[in-house]
Amino acid sequence: MGDLNTQMLDKYRNNFLHEVEEKVDDGHWVKMCMQCGVCAGSCTFGPDWEHTPQKIFMMIRAGKREEVLSSHSMWLCTSCYNCMVRCPRELPITHIMHGLASYAHRLGLAPKNQPTRDFSLIFWDNCTKTGRVNELRMTISVYFREGIVSGIKKMWTLRNVGRGLFFAKRLNPLELFVSHGCKDKDGLRRALKKADEIEARRRGYAVQPRGYSS
Amino acid sequence: MAKREYAFYPGCSSQLRGSAANYLVSVESMCEKLDVKMTQIPDWNCCGASISYAGSSELARHVLSARNFALSDKHLPGQDIVATCAACWLGGRETIEKLDASSQLMADTNEALKEAGLEYKSGTAIRHMVEVLVEDLGYEELGKPVVKPLDGVKVAGYVGCQTNRPFGIAGESFENPMYLDKLIDTVGGESIAKYEEKVSCCGGSLAFCEQEKAEKQIKNIVESAYDHGADVICTPCPLCQANVEVYQSEINRKQGTKLNMPVVYYSQLLSVAYGGTLKEAGLDGHIIQPKKLQEIAVKVVGRR
Repeated sequence: MGDLNTQMLDKYRNNFLHEVEEKVDDGHWVKMCMQCGVCAGSCTFGPDWEHTPQKIFMMIRAGKREEVLSSHSMWLCTSCYNCMVRCPRELPITHIMHGLASYAHRLGLAPKNQPTRDFSLIFWDNCTKTGRVNELRMTISVYFREGIVSGIKKMWTLRNVGRGLFFAKRLNPLELFVSHGCKDKDGLRRALKKADEIEARRRGYAVQPRGYSS
Repeated sequence: MAKREYAFYPGCSSQLRGSAANYLVSVESMCEKLDVKMTQIPDWNCCGASISYAGSSELARHVLSARNFALSDKHLPGQDIVATCAACWLGGRETIEKLDASSQLMADTNEALKEAGLEYKSGTAIRHMVEVLVEDLGYEELGKPVVKPLDGVKVAGYVGCQTNRPFGIAGESFENPMYLDKLIDTVGGESIAKYEEKVSCCGGSLAFCEQEKAEKQIKNIVESAYDHGADVICTPCPLCQANVEVYQSEINRKQGTKLNMPVVYYSQLLSVAYGGTLKEAGLDGHIIQPKKLQEIAVKVVGRR
């Protein structure tokens, strides 16, 4: 991962905008931002963002590579799409934020223990294992991601929620042992693996960055 | 034969033992009353939702959706796909839009799908259940099977994000979509025209990893419903439903509030109004009991 970062630094030198245009999903839109700030004012968790989308776009153009890619900000996107439908230039801001977060993770620059990043990885791992999400296993993985003690604490704190869902028949311990899934999960996983190979080829990555745990 | 047939993509949360299991139950009973036949796409897979971007490539996410489209086309040719989950529907729409716009992305997707012995040809339509209701059937037809109008039930129509943005329902505005209110009124309930939090975000999947920030959103959504005298909040999205219902007790515990506002799906309102039982309407699947709806569901009415 670190190697990929060095490679990209060498390749794009002082042109972070160019790097974003080529490497980040929908990154070619960034130059279209006219800095009106509607996205910043429309963002659900906006007050919690250190750098709003508007600022991030300007920082990209100013070459603030490290600050942008190591920021927590994009990881606070709730995918509400408010910025996207309100943007007068029709930038797909939500997708760009996801793209930046994804690229930061790929380069190994995303903040350590970033909660959304960790959740995202757990989610993808969970849903690609059998082809469908196992909510119970996913929840346990999220709560125990920082260790067994904090996991038990978290489960204890949320015990009433769990009990409520159990009695409402919307959470069942059985899910720990039997899981919904695709019959052809192997075919699905082969297709996803191929997709990652193609993506690496298209974006010019030497190594295949992400695999599937089995 | 049913009047209308669709390929059904229920999504992970609607499965048996899932957090939206009662959504599926109510959709089934609602569709039966409306003579709509929904056949599950055989061996469908997760759509990847809106949260998998750290672990996945964009192409991999399109492959997930395209596999479902290919299976639908293979087993249920010519039928529109119907999704009940906002994120599933949105993800599918995005894939269709992106693949239609780029022949390279289409070719790449199919190169990957070949590994599973499938091929996606363009031309698939994926619709949200609500679109089927308001566009294919229309409010007038939706009103016909009503045997128990939801008299005196004040409902805050909480549309949320992903059923509304970036695609939304045709002809509706992003800032104040009216279809949910119209659905509520169609089955005899009382919608709240000035519900301020109608299109706010509940925090979505970030309720898992940024719980306190999501709880701030949820508190506003619930308190605004109380301000307008709502008996119940109604939503078209399984994640909105779960978040807004489930975290109220956490907010109460931390902040000393007494939030206890039930949150249901539009399909549950319709199901109850069409004479569905507690079980058929999925009203036995709540942490906060929607009492007024439950009372209507158990009420016996004379046959018309």
